[in-house]
Amino acid sequence: MIPPRRPRNPTLLPQAALAPPALRSRQATGLAVAAAQGRFMLQVCDDCGRTCYPPREACNVCLCANLRWRDVPTGGVVSAQTTVRISMDPYFRPRTPWRVGTVRLDCGPDAVVHLHASLAPGDRTRLTLKLDKAGQGVIFALPPSDTPDMPTDQALRETTCDPRGRRVLVTDGRTPFGQDLARTLIAAGAEVFLGLAAPWHPFPGQDSLPGTPVTLDLTDSRSTEICAAAIAGRVDIIVNNAGDFRPGHPGLDDARLAMETTYLAAARLAKYFLPALQARGGDGPYAACAWVNVLSIAGLVPDPAYPSASAAHAAALAQIQALRPSLRPLKLITAFVGPLDDQWHQALPPPKVSPAQLASAVLTALRNGQEDIAVGDLARHTLALWHDNAAITLRR
Amino acid sequence: MSSLAAFAADLATGKIKVVDLTHTLSPDFPTIVLPPEFGQCAPFRSEVISRYDENGPGWFWSNITVGEHTGTHFDAPIHWVTGKDLPNNTTDTIPPADFVAPACVIDCSADAANNGDFILTVAVLEAWEAKNGRIPKGNWIFFRTDWSKRKGAAYANVLADGAHTPGPDAAAVQWMIDRGCIGFGVETIGTDAGQAHTFTPMYPAHTLMHGAGRYGLQCMCNLDQLPATGAIIVAAPLKIEGGSGSPLRVLALIPA
Repeated sequence: MIPPRRPRNPTLLPQAALAPPALRSRQATGLAVAAAQGRFMLQVCDDCGRTCYPPREACNVCLCANLRWRDVPTGGVVSAQTTVRISMDPYFRPRTPWRVGTVRLDCGPDAVVHLHASLAPGDRTRLTLKLDKAGQGVIFALPPSDTPDMPTDQALRETTCDPRGRRVLVTDGRTPFGQDLARTLIAAGAEVFLGLAAPWHPFPGQDSLPGTPVTLDLTDSRSTEICAAAIAGRVDIIVNNAGDFRPGHPGLDDARLAMETTYLAAARLAKYFLPALQARGGDGPYAACAWVNVLSIAGLVPDPAYPSASAAHAAALAQIQALRPSLRPLKLITAFVGPLDDQWHQALPPPKVSPAQLASAVLTALRNGQEDIAVGDLARHTLALWHDNAAITLRR
Repeated sequence: MSSLAAFAADLATGKIKVVDLTHTLSPDFPTIVLPPEFGQCAPFRSEVISRYDENGPGWFWSNITVGEHTGTHFDAPIHWVTGKDLPNNTTDTIPPADFVAPACVIDCSADAANNGDFILTVAVLEAWEAKNGRIPKGNWIFFRTDWSKRKGAAYANVLADGAHTPGPDAAAVQWMIDRGCIGFGVETIGTDAGQAHTFTPMYPAHTLMHGAGRYGLQCMCNLDQLPATGAIIVAAPLKIEGGSGSPLRVLALIPA
């Protein structure tokens, strides 16, 4: 069980922000790709149909090299369990005792897995792929269906970012999207700081804002620095929704604005806020854990109707990818969205992403510890096409 | 003693006082906000190049970005379509002699300080002249409202139907042009009233003043320290090539 959050003993060093061993083969990185999307995928042999685990270059039955990552059944039976009490690894040493087990998967192979506290040998289990603090995919064995105390498992919590008991900064509270994100996270047990740029200029919902308002204009380095000085040491999760999602005027001034509000805004967060989060990334069950960026799917597959936004979101995405290794153990979550259901997209027919839909998807991603999510039918479809064949998707 | 030498002596002895009519150029100072479908004026931003650090161990400097119409700023005639074809209508071609001129200050603070819809009319201007004498040619006409004493949201005063800030009606603007003023200066974000998009013509201060080759000064402060007449204004915009305006330092010289 997880103890309630208490102030840290200020005379002690915080627990170091370490990560478990990260070295993997190119093939094994496929586990992380699946885990990031919240899918349970293993290599399946095209020739003999067997499921292979651990990931490898060739089928361990027929020796052919035609292994393909596929979604496979998630069921299994716990064969054995053990508890690691002493570890040589600096990440695991302060986290023992740590339960591991072997599971016979319904799809064939046996796997060594992280074992949920409630499971014992002989139990049916549901297998998931989770991202560990090193960003690598690991198999976590869960009870067959969700139980109320499931998220309080300490080992599972290392792979997720449950906002309960954590402090969250939502960077743009001027829109219904930011306000709904804040409300949803508060309902999920988080304490929320709501960033507000240009407070002198009125906006819808300003009289009933959720959370604690903070002045934050991510297009202004000084504003970001001042806000970070006040709260970065407290924030455990940042949800950055301040990007520019407007269909652009063709002008260069518009392109500059899109870069300011999307790419450079994320760069300012990275400079002024993220070091403080990263430093607290290993500090107990309420450690700082995630940086969520709401980005347009046009940043992955450019949209001719949104040239400036496509470029700005692509730049932000590239930046986040580049920062990922240096910001571990934080999770860098990208929530790809299609057209938002706002004034700027009046001319588009549904499906469009509503504030409630975005908030719910971000909450789910945090609870599951997923790093790549798509919100809404359009973004989901586009992301699936991109995963299938990025080059064809870009051409079309 | 030449008049300039006398001036220097008066400055040195404090007989002439210098009043700063300029707000600090800061990122959070309200800028004009057009309806969102239009392009917007950039607020002031500053990025440090180095501050005695690895990017420059012994020196501090920054790169700034700013719109031409941000903070305390000057409007050149080319700012408005009515002034686009006039000669010498840009910040770099306006005759420099125009940057030093006397000012008449129309004090409407009692009526306008708490009334965002206060309108400067010919009647107000004529009443001022009845008290202070005819406004000479070549003067700035400053509209004192004390709005510079407001902060943030109260200063911008944006409501659901747009900004509500004091400004002149079309007849008053034409009257000021006919007096031969060099330009019109205000404490609010625009020389026009916040609701001037509902006037006829729209935005009369911009439309008529710039059409007549006159200038604008906006977002000034400390007008309450100026005499009704007798102040000399130094207001030179940056010499931006083809510029429609610029932030600037506005100084007033007044008898102590």
